[in-house]
Amino acid sequence: MGNLISFSSTMLYTAFILYLIATFFFGFTIRDKHTSTSKGSKGVAAKIGISLTIAGFIAQLTYFITRWIASGHAPVSNLFEFMTFFGMTIVLAFIFIYFIYKLTVLGLFALPVALIIIAYASMFPTEVSPLVPSLQSHWLYIHVTTVSLGQGILAISFVTGVIYLIKHIDQSQLNWRNFSLEAVLYSLVLFIGFVVITTTFNTMDYSASFEYKNGSKTYTTEYNLPALAGPNEGILLTEGVMEPWFETPAWMHGADAGKKFNTLVWSFITGTIIYGLVLLILRKRIGAAIQPLLKNVKLDLLDEITYRAVAIGFPVFTLGGLIFAAIWAQEAWGRFWGWDPKEVWALITWFFYAAFLHLRLSRGWHGEKSAWLAVGGFAIIMFNLIAVNLILAGLHSYA
Amino acid sequence: MKNIKCDCGHVNPEGTVLCESCGKPIEGNQHIDGNDNKRLLNMRYDGTARRSQTYNKSIVDKIWSFFSSVKVGVWLIVIALVASAVGTIFPQEQYIPIDAVSRDPAVYYQDAYGILGQIYYQLGFHNLFSSWWFLILIALIGVSLVICSLDRFVPLYKALKKQKPQRHHSFLSRQRLFSETEEVTEEEKQKVINSLKAQRYKINEENGHVLAEKGRFSRWGPYVNHIGLIIILLAALLRSTPLFYTNEYLWVREGEQKVIPGTKSEYFIENKGFILDLYDENDDRFKAALEKQGTMVPSNFQTNAIVYKQSEDVVTGAEAQLEKVTEDEIRMNHPLEFEGYKIYQSGYQLNEVNQMTFTIQEIENEDGEPLAEFTIDVTDPKAEYELDNGFKVEINEFFPDFYLDSTGPKTETQFPRNPTFIFKLYPPNSDESETSFVGDVISAAEALGINTEAVELNPMGEVLGQFATNLDATGENEYKISIQDMDFHRVSGLSIRKDHSLPFFGVGALIFMIGVVQGMYWQHRRVWIRPTEKGLMLAAHTNKNWFGIKKEIENSIENTNIKMVDDQQELDE
Ligand code: HEM
Repeated sequence: MGNLISFSSTMLYTAFILYLIATFFFGFTIRDKHTSTSKGSKGVAAKIGISLTIAGFIAQLTYFITRWIASGHAPVSNLFEFMTFFGMTIVLAFIFIYFIYKLTVLGLFALPVALIIIAYASMFPTEVSPLVPSLQSHWLYIHVTTVSLGQGILAISFVTGVIYLIKHIDQSQLNWRNFSLEAVLYSLVLFIGFVVITTTFNTMDYSASFEYKNGSKTYTTEYNLPALAGPNEGILLTEGVMEPWFETPAWMHGADAGKKFNTLVWSFITGTIIYGLVLLILRKRIGAAIQPLLKNVKLDLLDEITYRAVAIGFPVFTLGGLIFAAIWAQEAWGRFWGWDPKEVWALITWFFYAAFLHLRLSRGWHGEKSAWLAVGGFAIIMFNLIAVNLILAGLHSYA
Repeated sequence: MKNIKCDCGHVNPEGTVLCESCGKPIEGNQHIDGNDNKRLLNMRYDGTARRSQTYNKSIVDKIWSFFSSVKVGVWLIVIALVASAVGTIFPQEQYIPIDAVSRDPAVYYQDAYGILGQIYYQLGFHNLFSSWWFLILIALIGVSLVICSLDRFVPLYKALKKQKPQRHHSFLSRQRLFSETEEVTEEEKQKVINSLKAQRYKINEENGHVLAEKGRFSRWGPYVNHIGLIIILLAALLRSTPLFYTNEYLWVREGEQKVIPGTKSEYFIENKGFILDLYDENDDRFKAALEKQGTMVPSNFQTNAIVYKQSEDVVTGAEAQLEKVTEDEIRMNHPLEFEGYKIYQSGYQLNEVNQMTFTIQEIENEDGEPLAEFTIDVTDPKAEYELDNGFKVEINEFFPDFYLDSTGPKTETQFPRNPTFIFKLYPPNSDESETSFVGDVISAAEALGINTEAVELNPMGEVLGQFATNLDATGENEYKISIQDMDFHRVSGLSIRKDHSLPFFGVGALIFMIGVVQGMYWQHRRVWIRPTEKGLMLAAHTNKNWFGIKKEIENSIENTNIKMVDDQQELDE
């Protein structure tokens, strides 16, 4: 068993590396002066890029299957497993869309998004965990995999939306639009900040325990990052480690609020430093630095793919996120809909993309506005995947 | 009705934007679809007359126009979206955690979230999804859907049915994809037509004018999916009637047989045994995770149950005759089904108290023989117990599920989960009573580090009794009442559901899915060819996926002189 699990982890690691290398090859393809989908050496680079991506996908699929065999249940039952699977569906959706449109610049942006998500996921507990009775249903896999696939396809609209905005928005002087775009890019860097800081202190085996009260009960919690924000009215138990600088405010409730808040503060600090360094190196906004690379990309094609990805992803998401979810809830709890936060956010996502599709029916919502909407939709998806689990936590026990 | 006659001779109904027959823009109506000042024609409804855009006089017209506007529809959807998000800021009432200080919403929101929580509660957001205004909002979306679909479906249907291959040149040149080639041979033209045919276009030719069309059925996708949505909304309406939906909850102790609520006392259920299985902490696969979590993780809860039905041929007055209907294991994700009902494993209580035995001793002589002993059936306590040696015990107060808050002792529920008593003890031949406070075994157990939710207390009844609270309120008592032994049992929490609305939801969902797939995964593509003196005009339209149609046109004009269509799209910005 142990062997299979470690083989499985190696495959995930392999996939990660392959995606990373593939990204560089896709990077080559856009440095061409003439065209972004051309032949010649750039065409070779694109071929290598997509081949590596497919190889990475197969490696990740191997991870998924072997972990399934080892644990006896589909590995979509905790945050780590679920998020890595989401990374995988983004790659799958990318491969699919790539073969329709042959647009190499997609790889340069879609793969990093998948990489960030997989790296982010790996910061959470990766042990194989047992399934509580409510999750022991085939509908769990059917539901989770379908939603995730839908979200992966919708994520492609985010990718093309961002490329559209970077290319289209005037960067000659700071304005509201390029500021907002920069904020989107900055928030991606925050995820990298989280990964970097967590990895750093994990390799140092940092640990500090606190005792704190929540309601009438006393809990202990283990911090793996030095406590900038200690638990509210917490007492540091470990000796010889840093005292917290301040306390987590009392209105932040929920399980382990202090630890999560501390992690958030660290991610912001680290992410901001990384962002600052990047600015120093580039000497301009990230958006402004990337813009010239996109010279050969056609805006109307990007807009078309944004819309197409939503058109393809919406039915899949509806099926997985609402219909299969309802069937499972009916089997497990005897009620197919219960307004728990996870369900409500799936509904919000659905409403949002329905609004997107209806807006596309009228003139004036194509182009930049669509691109912004695609970014907004992805923000909602990420909110549902991360914030709802960590903050609003409903019945869905990924935590 | 003012009809409009086009140059081509066709008579169009009032409000038509593009002639139904030849597609020529009708002067004076171009504002309706926003075609004025634009090079391209709005093709969404093929320029047909729609009621909402045509009549705007009576109240009915105004309401109709209002609800058939996509803008209004989108606004309604966006408002519902924002409202839903608001509903997740704090937990809804049914999700107030069990271990909250108080589950009374009036207390909970303020206590847990301060002033914001208080406001949230007072605005009624703790029950947002069943509030009247949320329901009205959903109903408005439904109305909008119906009107919107009707407004467009009929005219669109007519327009697509009536199409003629021959179209006005201004109709072609104002399509997004258009080209004009000066010189084209008949052979080349035939090649294009054949190639389109090979790509599964249906060809309609008339006097050299060609209309090649495919995927028209995908235009009906939105209407199909909207019908699905309406069925779902109607199903939700049905579900709010007891005829279609019952939802009851029942606690059954092990060995107990109870009437199933919501079945008009027709059915009974017997709990033959409740099983709680935990994951083995030595299981190789989960060892690491279990160690990290530090708590026990259940792998299964299950009730072995038998369902009985009262037989029909009961002689009135005689004992009810029970007939076995079914026997099954009720587990999470595995409900028991019988005759339209489903029973779900919804909860359990490991340590509900059954019986408690108390002893009375002199405080002076604590280690001596007890003077009297009595047993209370906690599920049905008597008011008074007459004991040996002339003692009498009166139950002054009884808290089945005891807890203490700032205002004093309370009971959480009426189930004997933590029974606690205030006794009045009358010694032999005395009218004066002593007051004793005895119970709260659960706190005693937790103080010992026992997790009472995961561990069965039954074998420990005698030991735990010694640690139970035992208070002498006045400090003047001569006698002490203490717990000698207690007997726990396991109780299973079952939900009983009957839901005849499910098939309606299922059908609605299925139709919705068919509709979206039909509308999203296929596209309605049309190519027009209009002969000119020596050459031809080529124009094309699709409702989505322009990339796809361009590829098909490219294929069809391969090896001919015909010019590839220009994409005249205007990205409005
Ligand atoms: C949550 C509710 C709704 C959902 C999920 C929904 C879904 C859809 C979908 C998926 C499409 C196809 C879009 C496309 O082909 O790109 C569509 C089209 C449409 N919807 Fe809705 N819709 C909803 C509510 C409404 C409402 C309230 C209205 C009324 C204003 C409306 C009016 C329309 C119209 C006019 C079309 C275009 C029909 C056509 O192209 O012929 N929808 N809807």
